[in-house]
Amino acid sequence: MAILTYLEAIRQGIWEEMERDASVFLLGEDIAAYGGAFKVTAGLLERFGDERVIDTPISESAIVGAAVGAALMGMRPVAEMQFMDFISCGFDQIVNMAAKIHYRWGARVPLVIRGPAGAGVHGGPFHSQSNEMWFVHTPGLKVVVPATAYDAKGLIKASIRDDNPVIFFEHKYLYRRVKDEVPEEDYVVPLGKAAVRREGSDLAIITYGAMVRTALEAAGQLMTEGISVEVVDLRTLLPYDEQCILASVRKCSKVMLLHEDTRIGGMAGELAAMITEKAFEDLDGPVVRVTAPDTPVPFSPPLEDYFLPGVQKVVEAARKLAAY
Amino acid sequence: MPTNVVMPQMGESVAEGTIIKWLKKAGDRVERDEPLFEITTDKVDAEIPSPATGVLSKILASENETVAVNTVVAVIEREGPAEAQAKPSPARIESEVPAQTAPERTPRPGKKIRSSPLVRRIAREHNVDLNHIQGTGLGGRISKKDILTFLARKTAPESEVVVPAGIAAEAAGFSIVRGPAPEHIEFTGPTHIVPMTPIRRQIAEHMLASKKTSAHVTTVFEAEMTKIVTVRERMAEEFERSEGLKLTYTPFFVQAAIEAIKCFPIFNSSIEGTNIVYKRAINFGIAVALETGLIVPVIKHAEEKNFLGIARAIQDLADRARSKRLSVEDVQEGTFTLTNPGVFGSLFGTPIIHQPQVAILGVGAIEKRPVVRNDAIAIRPMAYLALTFDHRVIDGAVADQFMAYLKDRLENWQEPVL
Repeated sequence: MAILTYLEAIRQGIWEEMERDASVFLLGEDIAAYGGAFKVTAGLLERFGDERVIDTPISESAIVGAAVGAALMGMRPVAEMQFMDFISCGFDQIVNMAAKIHYRWGARVPLVIRGPAGAGVHGGPFHSQSNEMWFVHTPGLKVVVPATAYDAKGLIKASIRDDNPVIFFEHKYLYRRVKDEVPEEDYVVPLGKAAVRREGSDLAIITYGAMVRTALEAAGQLMTEGISVEVVDLRTLLPYDEQCILASVRKCSKVMLLHEDTRIGGMAGELAAMITEKAFEDLDGPVVRVTAPDTPVPFSPPLEDYFLPGVQKVVEAARKLAAY
Repeated sequence: MPTNVVMPQMGESVAEGTIIKWLKKAGDRVERDEPLFEITTDKVDAEIPSPATGVLSKILASENETVAVNTVVAVIEREGPAEAQAKPSPARIESEVPAQTAPERTPRPGKKIRSSPLVRRIAREHNVDLNHIQGTGLGGRISKKDILTFLARKTAPESEVVVPAGIAAEAAGFSIVRGPAPEHIEFTGPTHIVPMTPIRRQIAEHMLASKKTSAHVTTVFEAEMTKIVTVRERMAEEFERSEGLKLTYTPFFVQAAIEAIKCFPIFNSSIEGTNIVYKRAINFGIAVALETGLIVPVIKHAEEKNFLGIARAIQDLADRARSKRLSVEDVQEGTFTLTNPGVFGSLFGTPIIHQPQVAILGVGAIEKRPVVRNDAIAIRPMAYLALTFDHRVIDGAVADQFMAYLKDRLENWQEPVL
């Protein structure tokens, strides 16, 4: 099996789906000739031609609008946002059009909007946001957040094949830092299914995206202190895998929710509410959130380090929770 | 116009109740049906709702006071529109002087126990008093680990005694209600004297009264449970999945007993003077052991229910008995009672009749025993069934016919459970 980076795995997934299904095509800013700002789509123009790998003007509203129209006409567009921060320019097309068309008319909108999100690369407030919750709060969409190269390929393929609009958040910090054995053959990772990344018994950390690595590193450190930590990678935020989450909660009885996104209105709050509703009598301690503070992502590297929930913050919160 | 609040009658034979706690204080506004005070009686602990909307003007019985049923314990004044507007100011004054009101509400004996929802659930399920557990969590909090360690220590020697054949615990419909934990008494002299609780006093009086009233005779049968054990094992998972209920043995016994009562209506009667009063409805009581004593919640009109309906009713009553949420009606008007000494491994008991009923059926543990089948020794799950009946109205022959019928129903179980 080949060792691929997270970025290469996404490219391979898109490539395979384009080979497999002629209705799949790409559009976005600088994705064809230049191969994309992060080179996710490098080489695809040469293989699939300029009718299937399309450079667009700098207008996210136009990109998403065109993609919605194409999806309605039976195509399977994969639209790139150069940075997920810029998706707000196409917001209306996503939340008022794509998300509601099936509900209103029964029509399918097989559309993927993908792009890099997240911090850790000193990108400043316009190039570092974790803005997944704007879409998690929009019924009619699916929201996917891969954490490993294997999942990145399997999830992009599942997203392209899904008949619903999928917002696919790639973590830019993981693009070249995460490497996995990725099978060359065709496989998908089903949407809506979480994965237990590490088994444990004292407390469960439920997280996603780049924080899966943080959680695993913290879990390793906590193990040496005799605290056994389970790590759950959500993989899909909408719909999220309630069954898997509750199973870990019931097993460990203590739960920490971890994300890079800011705190108020974050995924952790949603899950905390669900857990206390459905598993209150399985809890042996408070449901704890570890998240970024409620500020824009700072540009200054020391400030950005402080902003991000790092291994030490997770370890300290876990110690307190374990002792509770 | 003032409304009198009285101590309610929580069961036919209850004469008095003890106020545990007032949930409102004099001067408070109360809505109709809003919880007003908590009481304990020999039958139930309950929150009593306010009979009217208005202002609680007088409290006439203080906390921990025991008063006779129908005694006026408080008065509620209906407030007129003018009064309603005038009210906010005294309320505010009170809240400004919490130092005076707080001490009234706080004198709770003992320290506050810190635990968690999970720990409290485990404690409830295993009938553990958290006072006996030393917490090791932050600030002495009792954690999951603490209670599990406690239970492991407690159950290790016990399990050998309690569950002879492994089936007994499963067999119990009320295995969740584990009954009284072993008592710990700290002696300071040759004896240790404790006043009876109201519930214990009432149980004592009722038991003695029953023995004085009825001519108790007990007959014991043995029934083979192979068929029911098989049905339960085969259906337990599906039953739980589709109905969200644990499939226990209790509904099997209840259903079979109802069928038997239908054939022998004298078992659903009572004696009034020189008359025998037959009851149309079979209100089926099930004795549940609690930490503090015994309670007999009743499945009303059990004759109208199918197996699933009975199973659901049992679960509901057991849950509410455990959490002390039974209402008055839940413990009234029983016409026949089932008791389940088998939970702890007893072979059979000779139960005392729950007045004014005329019979009580005790179900022993289901145990694998050697029995003779076709002149060979076979191993079969067996249970003793002990019926105590009132010989004033039921003769031995009738009782034995009833039991033979019941045994036949159990051994040749037909009814679908789903």
